[in-house]
Amino acid sequence: MALDGKTSEYKQIGSTPDRPDGLDKVTGRARYGADIHVPGMLHGAVVRSPHAHAKIIKIDATKALALKGVKAVVTRADFPEGLEGEDWNLQENCMAGEKALYDGHAVAAVAATSALIARDAAKLVDVTYEVLPHVTDVDAAMQDGAPIIREGAADYSVPEGMHPNVVRYFDTGRGDLDKGFADADLVVERSYTTEAAHQGYIEPHACMGQMGADGRGEMWVCTQGHWFIRRMSTAVLGIETTNIRVTPSEIGGGFGGKTTITFEPLSLALSRAAGGKPVKMVMSRAEVLRSTGPTASASMDIKMGMTKDGKITAAHGTFRMQGGAFPGAPVDVTTMLAFANYNIEHVHHIGYDVLTNRPKQAAYRAPGAPMAAFAVESTIDEMCRELGLDPINTRLKNAARDGTRSTFGPKFGPIGLVESLEAARDHPNMQAPLGPNQGRGIASGYWMNWGGETSASVAMSEDGTVTVSVGTPDIGGSRASMALMAAEAFGIKYEDVRVNISDTGALGVNEPTHGSRATYASGLATIKAAEECIGKMCQRAADKWGIDVDAVTWEDGAAKPSGPNAGDHDPLTIGEICAEMGETGGPISGHYEGSPTGFSGSFGTHVVDVEVDPETGHTTVLRYLVVQDAGKAIHPAYVEGQFQGGAAQGIGWALNEEYIYGEDGRLQNPIFLDYRIPVASDLPMIDTVIVEVPNPGHPYGVRGVGETGITPPLPALANAIRSATGLRLTGLPMTPPKILAALKAHGDNG
Amino acid sequence: MSNKIHVTTTVNGDEAEFLCDPRETLLDCLRDRLHMTGVKEGCGTGDCGACSVTVDGRLVCSCLMLGAEAEGKEIATVEGMADGDALHPLQEKFIEHAALQCGICTPGILVASEALLKKNPDPTEEELRYWLAGNLCRCTGYDKIIRAVMDAAAEMREAS
Repeated sequence: MALDGKTSEYKQIGSTPDRPDGLDKVTGRARYGADIHVPGMLHGAVVRSPHAHAKIIKIDATKALALKGVKAVVTRADFPEGLEGEDWNLQENCMAGEKALYDGHAVAAVAATSALIARDAAKLVDVTYEVLPHVTDVDAAMQDGAPIIREGAADYSVPEGMHPNVVRYFDTGRGDLDKGFADADLVVERSYTTEAAHQGYIEPHACMGQMGADGRGEMWVCTQGHWFIRRMSTAVLGIETTNIRVTPSEIGGGFGGKTTITFEPLSLALSRAAGGKPVKMVMSRAEVLRSTGPTASASMDIKMGMTKDGKITAAHGTFRMQGGAFPGAPVDVTTMLAFANYNIEHVHHIGYDVLTNRPKQAAYRAPGAPMAAFAVESTIDEMCRELGLDPINTRLKNAARDGTRSTFGPKFGPIGLVESLEAARDHPNMQAPLGPNQGRGIASGYWMNWGGETSASVAMSEDGTVTVSVGTPDIGGSRASMALMAAEAFGIKYEDVRVNISDTGALGVNEPTHGSRATYASGLATIKAAEECIGKMCQRAADKWGIDVDAVTWEDGAAKPSGPNAGDHDPLTIGEICAEMGETGGPISGHYEGSPTGFSGSFGTHVVDVEVDPETGHTTVLRYLVVQDAGKAIHPAYVEGQFQGGAAQGIGWALNEEYIYGEDGRLQNPIFLDYRIPVASDLPMIDTVIVEVPNPGHPYGVRGVGETGITPPLPALANAIRSATGLRLTGLPMTPPKILAALKAHGDNG
Repeated sequence: MSNKIHVTTTVNGDEAEFLCDPRETLLDCLRDRLHMTGVKEGCGTGDCGACSVTVDGRLVCSCLMLGAEAEGKEIATVEGMADGDALHPLQEKFIEHAALQCGICTPGILVASEALLKKNPDPTEEELRYWLAGNLCRCTGYDKIIRAVMDAAAEMREAS
């Protein structure tokens, strides 16, 4: 598909130059959240509840304040009252009020002259609790008699008679399910569970906050979105948004988990209480796992019908998800995307958002999508097996394509599911021979992508080089993508573009780097702002030549006369125009503001080969293939990196990662030794194929690619283990003990 | 201040001294006392390898060693890998292969990889994967990291 008539003529995008921040990041110079040090800085530490659910009777900070070097202690009493809705949720999560709602919930915070003193002082804060009954499992939390986390937290959507822990309810669908199931030759019903997984970014949350008695100040934060940090932090402190200027540090991974506040406002509250001195706060790994949001856990029932030649006739899904002690489990997205891969006439989704005594969930890469994919793609695999159908051909038969009415409503435009399935089918990995105890699994996945509030500027320098200022932190090479797109738009060298991540004082509001939006939305903004600069430079050339601007064209970094009446003028290069800009009308810059809506989703198909050791139940990933639609890959190496990283996180979620709560409601595995993410020796090389079905909503055809990749691995691994062992595992993670127990039960029965 | 320990050590070839609390780790001292913030903390429990340095040539997690133990030792961190403007081949290959996304694990993985290649200039992929099993990366799935190290190793063998 030709876009702007230049699809095949790109000179910059699609190449793989070195990233602009590469040198800083391989030499240790790049400054991440914890790397800041400012004069007069204090250090903060947080007092956290050791109980899953407890009434806070009394907080006595006398001993802590008496410790030499301690400058301030804050509790909920230092925060304003009267907040509502999500602002109240955020405030309550940052600092407990009447009750501690989960193991690790903050109840007080301390600032001192050193990190060691702050930690010592935190231990001296004496908190008296009255321990309450708790619940951490989603199904248990919905049962009669389950401890009530918070009365009155449910919104209008919840039908009468449900447990108060059910706080949101979703019921969507279309068609005639009875007819759909009657048309099926096979109806399969299965129940599935997934455990909460943490984003597992290697950089713990870190910030530095400074705020004086006038309520003004600044923050330095490792975050995916500093305007979100500003809005949320000022809201929970009850001050005007603009009073705080937020500068983003380099960010050591986020995956959705750094799109919200957790302890950042505490640094401001401590700073204000300590006379306006800056307060630096850095979480320990245990604090990250206990108190920041993992994803939701899920309990799901799927019913699907299929004809014997593989047509899906009807689908019904019930999704119960807990997102901790606050509303917000992404069950709305789960219901929306559960069956979105397929063209299904009769479809129905039910969703429950349930409170438990766990930390407030946060977004995690394609939030809500992987759980449903696990359930639905596992069920489809079962149906293909029972009917003797090929899993790829069956998916092709039902695949959503351009013009399909999606299961969540709107019609799809050009999308790449069919192309991804075909590329997977034709890949050499599909022909690799499988030995004993080995099996192959296939699954597809989808993320709908996002545009979001976007503000960016492009400014010309005197020598014709370009500064691009965007508001989306660079987590995985986005500076390189922005520079490539700007260079393409201007027709200049990649090296002549510098990309800055601006602070909240320099641009309009930007949503975070989330929703797979940065390359799409900030990229689109960069191109539009560059085009504004080009228009202005054409005007300067037209003025100089004394001709109409319509008779000037822009080509390869220069203004050129064009058309019959333009006259004969030598081209004016970008450098020549900019060298004179002070005398020809002043500085030249371009700007873009908007909430672009032309994003389009990305589909992918994964193929995995595993070997399951019958002695230990351990699963070895032998081969892994990711095929995904990128629309247009701006920097293909970083696109591959997104595919590979998403797959690795999905493999971890499928095989090993889980939040384990004890009978006492405490998290049992809050360190990386026990919350074990995939290590280098767990994984093979991860093969990739980039499919390019251009997105008509972006000047260069870009689709976001960050999130889709975590969705197919969960079912792909389950389907591969089914193929290797004959066992259908319906609960994640599929750990060696679980597989061994299933093998034993299977052997005993067989 | 009375309980502070005075430590004299060598960091990346330069003499360095600092005062530290007996409880402070080498990681704390490198970052907070000497401002070598290229050494990262990901876990503080020796599980992630982001704080990898060498002490007298031996690869260690600096979060598992006390600062006081650095007395008289030779410490090497990521900040010492490049020779002036000339990057170490591992650093060059990491950029070339897009082997970093967020980059927080990169310093530790570079230091760990350099330590491996000094012992074993021609590792197999499996040897490399097991050597780096103590260095967590959450972004890349390790694919491009493994390729970058193998490529750098090949280039270093050719150059030697």
